[in-house]
Amino acid sequence: MVQFTPVAGPHTHGGTSTTHLMFLVIAALVPATVFGLYLFGINAVIVLLACVSSAVLFEYIGLKLLGKSTHSALDGSAILTGWLLALSLPPSTPWWIAVSGVFFAIVIGKTVFGGLGQNPFNPAMLGRVMLLICFPVELTDWRLPNPPQQGADGLLLGEQWLSTNAIDGVSAATPLSQLTGALPSLSELTTGHHAGSLGETSALLILLGGLFLIWRGIIHWRIPATLLLSIAIPAAISHAIAPESFGSASAHVLSGGAMLAAFFIATDMVTSPTSPKGQILFGIGCGVLIWLIRTFGSYPEGVAFAVLIMNATTPVIDHYLKPAVFGQPNRFSL
Amino acid sequence: MLGLRKKPFSGGIHPRGHKELTENTAIVSSEEPRRVCLSLQQRNGVVLRSHVNVGDTIVKGQLVASGPNDMCVPLHAPINGVVEAIQPHVSAHPSGLKTNTLMIKGNGDPTWGIPHVPCDTSKLTPEEIIQRVLDAGIVGLGGAGFPSGLKLRFARQKGVKTLLLNGGECEPYLTCDDRLMREKAAEIAEGAALMVRAIGCEQAIIAIEDNKPDSISTMQSAVADRPNLSVQIVPSLYPMGSERHLIKAVTGHTVPPGQLSTEIGILVHNVATAQAVFEAVRYQRPLIRRVMTISGGALEQPTNLIVAMGTLVSDLIARCGGLKMEAARLVAGGPMMGQVLPSPFVPIDKSIGGILALSADEIRAEQSHDCVRCGRCVNACPMGLMPFQMAAHSRVSDLDGARHFGLDNCLLCGACSYVCPSRIPLVQYFQHARSSLNASRTMERKSAHARQLTEARQARLMREAEAKKAAKAARSKTRKRPARTPRKKADSTDSTPTSN
Ligand code: SF4
Ligand code: SF4
Repeated sequence: MVQFTPVAGPHTHGGTSTTHLMFLVIAALVPATVFGLYLFGINAVIVLLACVSSAVLFEYIGLKLLGKSTHSALDGSAILTGWLLALSLPPSTPWWIAVSGVFFAIVIGKTVFGGLGQNPFNPAMLGRVMLLICFPVELTDWRLPNPPQQGADGLLLGEQWLSTNAIDGVSAATPLSQLTGALPSLSELTTGHHAGSLGETSALLILLGGLFLIWRGIIHWRIPATLLLSIAIPAAISHAIAPESFGSASAHVLSGGAMLAAFFIATDMVTSPTSPKGQILFGIGCGVLIWLIRTFGSYPEGVAFAVLIMNATTPVIDHYLKPAVFGQPNRFSL
Repeated sequence: MLGLRKKPFSGGIHPRGHKELTENTAIVSSEEPRRVCLSLQQRNGVVLRSHVNVGDTIVKGQLVASGPNDMCVPLHAPINGVVEAIQPHVSAHPSGLKTNTLMIKGNGDPTWGIPHVPCDTSKLTPEEIIQRVLDAGIVGLGGAGFPSGLKLRFARQKGVKTLLLNGGECEPYLTCDDRLMREKAAEIAEGAALMVRAIGCEQAIIAIEDNKPDSISTMQSAVADRPNLSVQIVPSLYPMGSERHLIKAVTGHTVPPGQLSTEIGILVHNVATAQAVFEAVRYQRPLIRRVMTISGGALEQPTNLIVAMGTLVSDLIARCGGLKMEAARLVAGGPMMGQVLPSPFVPIDKSIGGILALSADEIRAEQSHDCVRCGRCVNACPMGLMPFQMAAHSRVSDLDGARHFGLDNCLLCGACSYVCPSRIPLVQYFQHARSSLNASRTMERKSAHARQLTEARQARLMREAEAKKAAKAARSKTRKRPARTPRKKADSTDSTPTSN
């Protein structure tokens, strides 16, 4: 059928879709995730599967309640939320705690606000914070990685690796909780052989995934770069002044969720500003807050709080920090 | 620095070109059409007065209609034939508006009715050149449709320094300017030189996107022996064809929002216009045909054609071998900013640069979703606006909000819609908001006018009342005065007579 009714241009399209973008982000997360599963074992797999599948289920219910097309449940955004939440949890988290976090993330964090695009806060971080408040013990139960060893007769799977029970196993300190004490070496931090949450252990793999996203134009370098710099700079200065009470820049940047936050969480398209200036401000805000909370706050990790606080400023940033209109001499339009 | 040179302005996109469909075959001159339809209503709404009647025999190049002033370019007969009818016919207006149209039946004879001998252009004064351009009925062939002669005259008055010829052709599919530069480079150069003389400016720069190497080399050799003409290569980036962006890319200057390029001493014309100017000045030939790209995935044989004005789109499609599959949309112009044709029986007018028969695969129409605030539209916008905010405000008819985020500066270029992953028809919202803004401005003007009238009336009434009062006062004064004066007078007269 030839269409003769007036439709505005363009009469063509670049071909990207939200689903396409979301799945590219998920693809970028796969290496770090697989590595995390390899390090932490069966319970990590269970946590990931529980998060992703319950995210889709809750999203489906949410869309039903909103009266929207339920096809969008599989558009990748819910899967990504569940996935990111799983990556930010300790690998030993019981599956039902993970699922309740997902419920909070999707239903309270997204559906209540009107669905994808309307939510002011990063849903995964909202779920993470809720869990941290409700289940502080489980959420700070960090384990040392226990990857399969090459034994005499094939792979040797550790007891902890196989365990689905959260109780047994040895707790360990994360690099962040001992930022000033005996740190894992730099190579340990980069490669991920240290205690930590499921996906934030290997800074290197996260970085690779992030660079892939920048290369494909899915995210822009502004937020990750400014965020990491704003953690590194105060850390470096304070470490130079008082090394015994402040962690070094590399320890801050490479440990905990900093990398994951920089490339995958703060860059969440819905909840971060859209203008270049706004993104830079947002990145700086996140970075500085992460460093402040880690250094002076009562929680060892500040990523989730920092991102949520900055999310709250996004609408204001977007309203005032507009890009410069082409040809306009004054650059600031406050 | 390299990055800067690669991207002369922020934003912009690289849409898929599809230029390969037509860029490697020469321009074909189609045979004389059997019938043409010339709308008497111009794009700006002015209705021309026809100089011919039904039944008249007319010859190719004859003046058939003209308007009240220079804002309306005259219309010439594109073929030899007979005026069959003057009746309403569908026009290229997107709503399929019917306008009064001259229907001319052709006799197939391709000769010009009036001989057009070449003249010595070096003897012409600038005003004579401009007059010939006006008489030939030339409008901007890049799509704006503004009378070219007026633009030249205006530029002369403003003391423009540089003429910029736009050979960017950044719209996908279209290759007619590219082919024209390759095949008629000398004529374009001559036209440019004539325009430089008409404006009295220093130089003309022909800007060509770097994806047209053949055009660049041909034009470069065509201007080699003309010191005031030059060719400049600009990166291919949509919308390079936008006047402001081309100026930025070529000269590095920006035109402040709300101002015309002539303010900074630059006038922009299309390369095809330069070629038409050449014909108009050298041969005094009116603009009755133009090169057009007929393309699209649904078309059997995409071609660049020389098309007589008033030819029906359906004839052009037939000329290009017809459709090979169902076309989902017929578009006049390029796919980014072109308009949907309301019917295949629309006649071509001077500002249509291409006809596209697009298949469903090319259009990629899809259900739109909610905005995910991904900011891709912000990154793509060449004007530095926030399209998603403008759309959100436009959707709820918050026009002030939409203007806060840049509605007034929007080019309607469609870069934002092209990249939006949620398929939001952003441009549709902007067009809608613009037209309601225009409507409310008209209303405001009207009510301001009405208010003025009322105020004027009140003022008049007041004045009249004052005047009446004053008159009354004066009358009463005069009455009083007569009452007094006569008394006084009477006194005096009385006294006098009495004294007398
Ligand atoms: S590109 Fe589309 S989805 Fe993304 S912010 Fe712009 S309008 Fe919203
Ligand atoms: S249509 Fe308007 S808002 Fe969209 S990219 Fe073009 S100028 Fe920017």
